[in-house]
Amino acid sequence: MDTVGPAKTDLALTGEGADKTQALTYPRIDCRNVSVYYDDKQAVFDVSLAIHDRAVTALIGPSGCGKSTFLRCLNRMNDTIEGAKVTGDIFMEGENINSPDVDPVLLRSRVGMVFQKPNPFPKSIYDNIAYGPRIHGMVDSREDLDAVVEKSLRRAGLWEEVKDRLTQPGTSLSGGQQQRLCIARAIAVRPEVILMDEPCSALDPIATARIEELIDELRKRYCIVIVTHSMQQAARVSQRTAFFHLGNLVEMGDTDQIFTNPRERRTEDYITGRFG
Amino acid sequence: MLQQLGQLPMGWLLTALLLFVMSAGFSIGRIRAERYSLSSSGKFHSRPNYHGYYVAMWGLAPALILALAYLLLAEPVARELLIRELPAAFHKLPKAELVSYLDAVSAVSTHGTYDGSDRVFTAVTHRYLELSGSLKITTLATILLSAILGVMFARSHVSPDFRARQRVESGAELFLFLCAAIAIATTVGIVASLFYESIRFFSQVPVTDFLFGTRWNAQTNAEFGAVPLFFGTFMIALIAMFVAAPVGLFAAIYLSEYASRKTRSYVKPLLEVLAGIPTVVYGFFALLVVAPGVRSIALWVNATLIDIGLANGPVLAAQPTSALAAGLVMGIMVIPFVSSLSDDVINAVPQTLRDAAFAMGATKSETIKQVILPAALPGIVASLLLAVSRAIGETMIVVMAAGQRARISLDPSTDLTTITVQIVALLTGETEFDSPKTLSAFALGLVLFLVTLCFNLIALRVVQRYREKYE
Repeated sequence: MDTVGPAKTDLALTGEGADKTQALTYPRIDCRNVSVYYDDKQAVFDVSLAIHDRAVTALIGPSGCGKSTFLRCLNRMNDTIEGAKVTGDIFMEGENINSPDVDPVLLRSRVGMVFQKPNPFPKSIYDNIAYGPRIHGMVDSREDLDAVVEKSLRRAGLWEEVKDRLTQPGTSLSGGQQQRLCIARAIAVRPEVILMDEPCSALDPIATARIEELIDELRKRYCIVIVTHSMQQAARVSQRTAFFHLGNLVEMGDTDQIFTNPRERRTEDYITGRFG
Repeated sequence: MLQQLGQLPMGWLLTALLLFVMSAGFSIGRIRAERYSLSSSGKFHSRPNYHGYYVAMWGLAPALILALAYLLLAEPVARELLIRELPAAFHKLPKAELVSYLDAVSAVSTHGTYDGSDRVFTAVTHRYLELSGSLKITTLATILLSAILGVMFARSHVSPDFRARQRVESGAELFLFLCAAIAIATTVGIVASLFYESIRFFSQVPVTDFLFGTRWNAQTNAEFGAVPLFFGTFMIALIAMFVAAPVGLFAAIYLSEYASRKTRSYVKPLLEVLAGIPTVVYGFFALLVVAPGVRSIALWVNATLIDIGLANGPVLAAQPTSALAAGLVMGIMVIPFVSSLSDDVINAVPQTLRDAAFAMGATKSETIKQVILPAALPGIVASLLLAVSRAIGETMIVVMAAGQRARISLDPSTDLTTITVQIVALLTGETEFDSPKTLSAFALGLVLFLVTLCFNLIALRVVQRYREKYE
């Protein structure tokens, strides 16, 4: 399989020059006419958008607007929900990942996900991180695995806090640490894309700030899509923003433009707090 | 006059009386409270309805207690009074004969069909009717009086400041507590009688002989070594768990992780139907279908072994009833206990954990093996323990399909006997209640009770631990 960008940058030790990437972004994921149905109820209507690499794309909108549902299309998590059906095309590296030929298990190793509530496995910190590399056979030796665990924890900014207690259960960490553990767990399988579904909604402001810093750091290496309720968060961490309402994509553009000069009336109303 | 009263239908009368007391008490309390609130300007603490409930409670409580006392005591009291009046000739009768004579008397007096050929009997019956008639009328009068007193007492409380609502709430609490207490008291009573009778047994047979003796022959030889029974119980429960644990667990995994909502909605109730089949049905299924099957397989194994020269004679006992037959069927019986409980605990594993594993690119079976089962393990263990205790206590299947001979044998095609089978054998038919033979049944029951209690306690503890972890 063709793994040009991320795998190589992943191996690079430093992300120097990454700050310039904003100008160099190109579409990593291209969604065309994506609709999602839960049984007979349609939750997402005909959404087409492009998600850029080495950038954070924020999906905003009021509750029930379909943003999380749309996010879950990008790693086929809707497959695990009974009665859910996704139509349309989602191209990643030129491959339609919504086609039945694509193995969702392989896809999910390329598209990692972080959830609303920190959900570490009831295992040790080490085993939480090692879980993905182990099931995907990415490492041959214990040393390699140790290295992957350390690198992932460092990238998630958690290494210094947990390096002396890797054998303790992941659930013994604080909420913010658990969420960073989940991010490290997702990074450990070297994904190209990281999806985040309201990753800070269960965290206090300080833990939130740490995660936001981390997201900004990760953007240099990965394509990140984040669903958030907080418009301030979207403005702080994202470069591109998509506004959803009632299952439709209302407007998408550079974050600056969306927040300062929205084209659509509904976007403006939402951003200025008139509804939602 | 009294004779006719003796035929009063007390069940209906009592019900009607209690209903009357209740509604009258309620109306009296309510009307009084409403009158007050109309005349006085102050605000009532409780709404009129609560005053009504309060008065009804006070009317009903003594009436209910008296009615219950009547239902329990009326018959023995009437008999006792009758016996005292009977001529001396009756007192010389053996006790059992007197009891059956009195049974006939009370049967005739309630149904009222007797041809009058025996004049003594007719006279006794009439006297019995008179006695129970006076008992009935006294009871009704007492109930009415106590209800009136109760209502009057409660009615005098009705006033704006009276906290009727709180009183009614604590009355309701007391009632609910009494219901719970009845269940607990019954259990305590049963356990106490088990202990009491067991102690009587152990005063005649040493505890060590009972617990460690290897010869059991209670019916004829008064040998009370219960080890063969423990062995049989253990062996059959083990066979049952060999069936129920994997089948039940895998069924639970299928139901909670693989089955679609629709399949699940059909399969789960169907599986639970297994738990609703009367065990006697399982019993004859075991006896008529499984046991002959086990026997013919055992015979075939014997013949084959002899044919290929591995044995000179039959190796397996190949009995018409066997441990294997009983164990297999019992295993099927406890499948729903394992599957239903395990399904519940697997479902209780948070969805976020499944999402986490799937999002890491784990396959369904990897998710189940590495994430869900470890998380659900304590609950699964608890469900297995509960199934074991169910299997140990099961009676009907083993009575029909396991056999009566107490012995220790690892051959699954031989007949074994269990604790429960022996209890049934000891207590059916002609029994005297103070011979060690009968008392040994209580000792066996005590052992059974203690063992299942331990299993249940461990299972409950495990489940509690598990709950703490995920809430």
